[in-house]
Amino acid sequence: MRWVFTTNHKDIGTLYLLFALLMFFIGGAMAMIIRLELFSPGLQFVDPHFFNQMTTNHALVMIFGAVMPAFVGFANWLVPMMVGAPDMALPRMNNWSFWILPFAFAMLLSTQFMEGGAPAAGWTIYPPLVLQGGAHFPFMIFAIHLMGISSVMGAINIIVTIVNMRAPGMTLLKMPLFVWTWLITAFLLVAAMPVLAGAVTMLLTDKYFATSFFSAAGGGDPVMYQHIFWFFGHPEVYIMILPAFGIVSQIIPTFARKPLFGYDSMVYATASIAFLSFVVWAHHMFTVGMPLAGELFFMFTTMLIAVPTGVKVFNWVATMWRGSMTFETPMLFALAFVILFTIGGFSGLMLAIVPSDFQYHDTYFVVAHFHYVLVTGAIFAIIAGGYYWLPKWTGHMYNETLGKWHFWLSTIFVNVLFFPQHFLGLAGMPRRIPDYALQFAEWNWVSSIGAFGFGLSQILLVIVVVKCIRGGEKATDEVWEGAEGLEWTLSSPPPYHTFEEAPEVR
Amino acid sequence: MSSMCTGDHAGDCLSGRVKRTRARTARLGVAALGMLALLVSGAVHAGFMDVINMPRGVTPISRVAYDQHMLMFWWCVGIGIVVFGAMFYSIVRHRKSVGHEAAHFHHSTFAEIAWTVVPCVILVTMAIPATKALINMEDMTKSEMTVKVTGYQWKWRYDYIEDDITVYSNLANSSRELIFDGDPGTNENYLLEVDNPIVLPINKKIRLLLTADDVIHAWWVPALGQKKDAIPGYINEIWTRIEEPGVYRGQCAELCGKDHGFMPIVVHAKSQAEYDDWVKGLKKTSEASAAEAMREWKQDELIARGKEVYMTACSACHQPNGAGIPPQFPAITGSAVATGPLAVHLDRVMNGKPGTAMAAFANQLSATDLAAVVTYQRNGLGNKVGDMIQPADVAAKKN
Repeated sequence: MRWVFTTNHKDIGTLYLLFALLMFFIGGAMAMIIRLELFSPGLQFVDPHFFNQMTTNHALVMIFGAVMPAFVGFANWLVPMMVGAPDMALPRMNNWSFWILPFAFAMLLSTQFMEGGAPAAGWTIYPPLVLQGGAHFPFMIFAIHLMGISSVMGAINIIVTIVNMRAPGMTLLKMPLFVWTWLITAFLLVAAMPVLAGAVTMLLTDKYFATSFFSAAGGGDPVMYQHIFWFFGHPEVYIMILPAFGIVSQIIPTFARKPLFGYDSMVYATASIAFLSFVVWAHHMFTVGMPLAGELFFMFTTMLIAVPTGVKVFNWVATMWRGSMTFETPMLFALAFVILFTIGGFSGLMLAIVPSDFQYHDTYFVVAHFHYVLVTGAIFAIIAGGYYWLPKWTGHMYNETLGKWHFWLSTIFVNVLFFPQHFLGLAGMPRRIPDYALQFAEWNWVSSIGAFGFGLSQILLVIVVVKCIRGGEKATDEVWEGAEGLEWTLSSPPPYHTFEEAPEVR
Repeated sequence: MSSMCTGDHAGDCLSGRVKRTRARTARLGVAALGMLALLVSGAVHAGFMDVINMPRGVTPISRVAYDQHMLMFWWCVGIGIVVFGAMFYSIVRHRKSVGHEAAHFHHSTFAEIAWTVVPCVILVTMAIPATKALINMEDMTKSEMTVKVTGYQWKWRYDYIEDDITVYSNLANSSRELIFDGDPGTNENYLLEVDNPIVLPINKKIRLLLTADDVIHAWWVPALGQKKDAIPGYINEIWTRIEEPGVYRGQCAELCGKDHGFMPIVVHAKSQAEYDDWVKGLKKTSEASAAEAMREWKQDELIARGKEVYMTACSACHQPNGAGIPPQFPAITGSAVATGPLAVHLDRVMNGKPGTAMAAFANQLSATDLAAVVTYQRNGLGNKVGDMIQPADVAAKKN
């Protein structure tokens, strides 16, 4: 019952992280089904409607069930310790923020067993298509509302904690960058999640209460949904990457034994990215039939957002430069993040250019782009952070050999999985199709092999985590030579309650 | 971890380590390059490399899209070489195991300004040709003919405004039959062929008006370089000028339900004269089909024809065996409509059922096709009603 009623930020952090790990495997299983069907031309395993359910739920589970809760788990564990606070500002609300999620996902996943199956209109659930859905529809809407409430409550907690409960002497510009990225992410969440709630509520009323927000016949506009959705959707993708930037900004200085290069610049760059993220949304809709002025505006702002992102990459490289690096598993994942996320950034820049985007839009080129930034980006950062802080949280060193195996297998297979998808998109393969023309067969085959390898490699992650929780070489307080920050002044594992007296920060 | 490299022999140990690390790195590098060369040559040989880049296409727009794409690609490669080069150099040189000591610098205002301003300048350089290209792509003026394209679940309809002809394009049966059982490898144009391709004349600026009947679709032919959404209740415009004759294949590019991957587009680009012949031919065919409806048809003739029509127009929802996917797509086998009064059955097929996914086929299918498919449904798919309907009676109902 400790786990049901806990208001302790460490326990709640652990709950979020374990929940996210479970969701990662559920979403991963759906991805395996997708790649199994796409292994060769023809439909061998599933029918097209089930395939659409898999692509839809794979995304919903990974975005709202794996990536976001994982980052919230990191925030819960680390933000109070990093700012020298005893816990989060609102501990009971913190408990509820977590426990909403298993209910929301039980509801969403149960739709698989309803008549007509799970949602099948893509995670973006555009009308009119989504309004053709059957019994699952209200459950999906309600589940999304619950996830949004969980996120907003969590975000409020983080903002209030950071603003109010920093130890004396910890000015804002002395906070670890991970705390900064979460502060900014929390504002993005508060601004964006209610917009999604509005959009899906309008879908609900269009279906059941005879409104016509998105029906042309009734005087509405299906494209308005896309504007509203992506006004949420673009900040959402930055919500999924800013904490990753924060994690990597903690790891690289530690293993380079050199302070983070350009701390102030990193803070301003993160804030710029967050601000710009509100004025780029229509780049997800370039083919919708926008006026030329709109297309040009969003092309320019989308290109512009590459600048602060690039600044961050340069700062990480400058942190490495003339450091004294060692390559333990967290550092391996963090460096792979920098390289592979940058590749995802390159395809993103290409997508920004509207004349060529008309050829990329809704193809596997987009799928390749977002999987590079989300899997080799966000997920690799989450894994890196896991390896980095597991010794602190559990008091045991994880098995470094298994960690390195996990790293190399994951990195090789993830590239076999997603790099060929660039080729498929360029060659003309649309997305969200269960079967394809013969010229796409070879690269699909390669990609599916990569998927099976990548999926299997994650079993190593579970083995490492379970072994580490249960035992292992005792970890010191500092754990990593070169680690800086208040969390490393605590024992490994830290006491249940920490910083009941505020620490001194110089 | 590096405890061996302390004390009196630290100097020897480090240089030995450096040498061994360098030798090992060199060997690994050669091995990696060798493997890469092997992989690339294998890939080229197996045809992988044919399917690696965007086509240049056959229209001014497709070529501009390709040029923009390649320009951005090379920029990214260049930036990647610089950034990743610096990273790899640093990983090799600035590591503890070769004895490199960490420096302490951690800021440089000059660097921050430089690597903010220089990317901005690069972006402006990229944005100028992209802007010019887009302005040209969105210029719909001076078009010479118009085709209205309507997306349906799951087919396309083309209305040639000036020439007053209509074409419905469904996925061809020769592909449809191979989806679930059969070897797609036996069909070169698997999933990219239709029963009725459209013909467009080359060297003419053609305006395509895009809309949809049910959900959002998108019309895309990669070789033509244009893609735009087809939205119910709204009309989008694109233009194309095809400069080389040939056959160009495309697909729907917006998730539109279960058969989103099964509603391809086939464009035959021909000379003006051949296009005019095609238009004449289509008009003759519609006259011929009106004529063929007037003769007396035998039941087995109708059933055979109806089976083909069913496969093309009905099987996506009602399934090839008539079992349907209840509740959204009812079964035909044993259904009250298909085994009940003929008039009700015919009305359902011709006029659809509002509020459900069942569309009206009166305009999509000829009188003969309608009579054939109704007769087939009543006498095949496990039903044995025994009756039939003549195309002439259906033609009378249509008018």
